[in-house]
Parts: sequence; C-alpha cells; structure tokens
Amino acid sequence: MSNTLFEKIWDSHIVVDEDGRSLLYVDRHLVHEVTSPQAFEGLRLNARKVRRPDLTFATMDHNVPTSDRSLPILDQTSSMQIKTLERNCKEFGITLFDINSPNQGIVHVIGPELGITLPGTTIVCGDSHTSTHGAFGALAFGIGTSDVEHVLATQCIMMEKPKTFEIKIQGKRKNPHAVTAKDIILSIIRKIGTAGGTGTVIEYRGEAISELTMEQRMTICNMSIEAGARAGLIAPDEKTYQYLNGLKYTPENYDECVNNWREHLKTDSGAKFDKSFTLSAENIVPQVSWGTNPAMTSDVTERVPFPDEYGRGNPEEEKGVTKALQYMDLKSGTPITDIIIDRVFIGSCTNARLEDLIEASKVVKGKKVLSRVRAMVVPGSQLVKKNAEMMGLDKIFKDAGFEWRESGCSMCLGMNPDILAKGERCASTSNRNFEGRQGSGGRTHLVSPVMAAAAAINGHFVDVRELDLN
Amino acid sequence: MKPFEKIKSIATPLDKVNVDTDQIVPKQFLKLIQRTGFGQYLFYDWRYEREGVQRKDFILNDPAYKNSKILLARDNFGCGSSREHAVWALDDYGFKVIISTSFADIFYNNCFKNGILPIRVSDDILQKLFSTKSEIEVNLEKQTIKIDNIPISFNIEPHWKKILLEGLDDIAMTLQHEEQITKYERSHKI
Repeated sequence: MSNTLFEKIWDSHIVVDEDGRSLLYVDRHLVHEVTSPQAFEGLRLNARKVRRPDLTFATMDHNVPTSDRSLPILDQTSSMQIKTLERNCKEFGITLFDINSPNQGIVHVIGPELGITLPGTTIVCGDSHTSTHGAFGALAFGIGTSDVEHVLATQCIMMEKPKTFEIKIQGKRKNPHAVTAKDIILSIIRKIGTAGGTGTVIEYRGEAISELTMEQRMTICNMSIEAGARAGLIAPDEKTYQYLNGLKYTPENYDECVNNWREHLKTDSGAKFDKSFTLSAENIVPQVSWGTNPAMTSDVTERVPFPDEYGRGNPEEEKGVTKALQYMDLKSGTPITDIIIDRVFIGSCTNARLEDLIEASKVVKGKKVLSRVRAMVVPGSQLVKKNAEMMGLDKIFKDAGFEWRESGCSMCLGMNPDILAKGERCASTSNRNFEGRQGSGGRTHLVSPVMAAAAAINGHFVDVRELDLN
Repeated sequence: MKPFEKIKSIATPLDKVNVDTDQIVPKQFLKLIQRTGFGQYLFYDWRYEREGVQRKDFILNDPAYKNSKILLARDNFGCGSSREHAVWALDDYGFKVIISTSFADIFYNNCFKNGILPIRVSDDILQKLFSTKSEIEVNLEKQTIKIDNIPISFNIEPHWKKILLEGLDDIAMTLQHEEQITKYERSHKI
C-alpha cells in the first residue's frame, strides 16, 4: 500500500488506538519557560514524575532580555518565570540550556542545531512554531500547557489523526537571493488563508522545496501554523543527513539511522493526499504583509488593497480588512514601497539563523541604517551568534547602525523589554503581524531578512530584486 | 476537572473573523506561573483604552452581557499562538461555551482540557444565534443548542463529550495504558 510520509511516521508511533483517536509516543519534548510552569505544578499536585527526562530538553527564550547577560533581569515576573524553569528542571532531572549556556537560544533554533531534531521522530513543544522541526522530516506538533503536562507524565500524546495536505511548489525561483523561503511561505498563506491548513499536516513538495537549504526549509515549515496546519513536513534528503551529521545529540549509530531513513522516510509514489495545492515558484516575488494576519500580504510591487478586492464578496473578510487597515494606519491604494517604517527587527524562530544573517548582511554591508530608523539583529541562538561573529557579521551590522543582541524570541512577541511603542511601524522577519504582537499599538510588516535589511537602509520598503545580492 | 453541566445564558456576540490568541490574552500577561486569575486580562487591548478605562464600543463592556457564559465567535477563532492562557482567561472570565463556524486546532483542543465546550455550527445557525437576544440553552448530554425553545443539534467527538461530561483526568486515562507504553518504549529506540 502507498503511504504518505506523514502516515508512515504517524503509524510507527501509535501506542494504542482508541475511540477514533491515537495515543502517540513522543520521541522528543522541548520545553520553555512560558508554557511549562503550570504543567510542572500539575505534576507536583498529583505526585507524578516526568516519565522520560532523557527525552526532554528545556531552554529559556521567550522572556529573556537580549541585552547584557551579566546584568540582573529587571522584570520581576520574567525573572520569576525563568527561575521557576530552573527549579523545575532541577527537581525533575531535565537537561536545561539556561541563560548562560553556550547552547541557549530559541527552542526551534537549538533543537535542530544540537541534533535533538531527527528525521522520522515525533516532537512536541508548548509552542505553535514547533512545526519548524518538520523541515527534517520530523512530525512536530505545537501543544497547549495541559498537553505539556500530559507528555511530561506519559511521554505520549492523544490525538485525532489529521488529514494530509500536499503543497507543491513547482519550478524554480527567479533570483533566489531576493526571493526567499519567507516569500514562498507568505505566498502560500496568502493564497490558502490562515485557516487553509486547519486539521491537516502539510507536506511541502516540488523542485522549489528540494532546492532549499535546511535553514530555508525551516522557515517554510515554521509558518505552517500561520496557515492553521497541525504540522508541516518536508521529506528528508542528503542535505538533511549532512546537516545533522556530528552534532551534539546526533545518534552514535548515525550511518545506520541514515540508511533506515533513506529507505523509509518518503511519500510513496501513488500515495493519496486528502487535499492538494500547487504554486509556481517562478511567479513568486518579495512579499510584504500590510494587515493584521499573515494572509494579509501583497507583492512588494503591489498597492495596499481595497477591502472588496481582498474580501472577494465575503463581508466578514471585508470587515476584517477595514479594521486591519485602520489598525495599521494604511490607506488602500498606497504603493507598498511608499510605506515608511520606524523600526527593523531581524530575528525570531522564522528567520534568525546563520544564513538569514548572512543574506541580510549583504544588503547592509558598507551602508548606514537611515538615521530615524532603529534596527536590531537578534540571533536565534548563542551558537548562531558565535558563528556570525566569527564571520564578522556583527561588525557589518554594527557599523551600519544595527543593534547586535543576545539570542532569544525578543521582539517577535515582545515578552521581554524589546517592544514597539504605540504607533511604531516595524519591518520584521518574524511570523505574526497580529494587533499588538510586537508591543501594544505597534504595527508589524512581515518580510524576509533581505527585505528587512533593505528597509532599514531606505526607511521604506524596496524591491530587493533591484539590489545586487550575489 | 469539574463535570460539564447544562448552560443557560445570553450569548455575547463577538463579530470578528480570525480572532487570534494574542488578542484573547496579550503577551504581557503570560508571565504568571499559575493557571488562575487570567479573566481580568481577557481581550485586554480591546477591552481597555488604558489601564482601568474601558472602551465603550467593545461588546464585553456592554452591561447587557455581564453575566454571559456563552461566547459567539466567527471563523477560525483562537488562531495563532498555542498559549493555553487564552482558554484560562475565557474560563476565568466566565465563558463555558464558545460557538463558532470554525476553531483553530490547538485552541480547540485546549478548550476541552479546561472544561470549556467549543461548538462548531453552520453559517446559518451562527447567524441565527448572532441575531437573537434571548437566552440560549446548551445541553451537551443531548447535543442541543436551544433558542426560544427550539432545539438545534450539534456534533461533537464522543471522546471529548465523555471527558467533559464526566470531568475526567486525561493523564490518568492515558496511564491506564502503562503496559502498552512500556512495551512501545522497549521495541522502539531512537
């Protein structure tokens, strides 16, 4: 029988089937400070243990300041949450990459770079962007805190089997330095909508997906949740196996694992998906979001749409656009390239890996951030930061006037001091442009790292295809 | 978890599509380490002009809906972040039932884990609910929503129905499979 990659991973992790649902075994559980305290407290109240501390890894990323780490954390509630994670990890015997660890970073950046993320495994984390790990052919679900507690106690998760959704990106991108993985995923979300993937696991396929590097694939899978999907997957290949070779937690019998993965981890020809969507890579251009959800996005060459243009006869959607434009303080018909920005954020689990910083640095090198713009780079992890510094990227950014920060989630969600002031407009490489996401009253435009870098230099959006990025 | 009982209340109509969990409870309130006390932060930026000053035009601030236990929502309610704090805030505020045409997956799941009943209905039924001022009665046992004494039936996964009605602890339920979990662990190593 022909099966999809998803079905193979799902089937091989079933512990029990019950009432049309499956109890799945969880191979790796990633934990962070914001969605775990109540779960550990639940264990304590019921005198339960962590079943597999050896399969559980924790870090602190959402709350941590990105300024000087030798200074105390001023926000008392953040500090409390961080201390609580330290205490919980100690009490339950869980490996923690704490604020001073050379392996600290955004949970979805460190999982792959430490080799915790492996093909064919099931991974969960109390964070919706867990879908990132699907780039390695791992079935990775974001879960709520009650499920975090459930996984801590049982190493299993009870789920209804999602449907399968094939998204095929045919052909090749024209100008792959200017048209990035971020532009591919934003184009997809804009077409299928923020609920287009609800109830499904997406498998991204096609030439334009295979040609992506591992870090670019992570950007694609990361935003699967912005299309509402339970998870995103890309079948592993030689790039995947090469990337994971020799990392901190790569298995000792790696060659044997790879042989096994090569044989099994692919969708069989003739396997059927419940749903399919195809897009041509050649037509994709740099994207800029203008609204308050990631589907409210346009080509950089377009104008801010009118509500009826976007809503296409759906009155609820039209109302949504009117409200979004009001919040964003944008007028329909304004060219995207006329939108003036105040802030630039290069960071987040979507776009703060080494390649993202390399690509952005090419735009910035030898130039200056426009004087009224405040721009910052927040590397995804301490390892990304260290490697970038070895390449001298920190100097390029700092010379141009960017702030060069310590690693964390930072201004993607503004739980730490990095936030937008009311009314400020930001070109951001993050994943959500929801109202108030980067700070109450702040306005977010989602873009790729090169688009963000170019906006920092020019003070408005520019079509990066016009720049020399080679 | 407390068993779910019949709910009778007027319903608060939140007339907006794609309401994300960042709106349900903004990030500055995610730093608490308890599950309780989030009701005061529910829809914070929509409810308050600034600290202590309510926005008059937001539906939750209309005194008519003060004791409402049912929230009417539009498509894709609860999208975005997996934060269960959103459900804790709705629950703590007093909402026990949320009715919409569709919910985001993680949010939908989180509701049941906290004794909240999310109900999916068709566009027509939702429209009917949005236009009534009468009390609505939700009976999970019978799977009905009653408006003006006319019952409308709804579907729900049997597993979730049982968990809510009996107030079951799903960890304890899973631990009944201890033997199978151990067996799986022994035969699959990675």
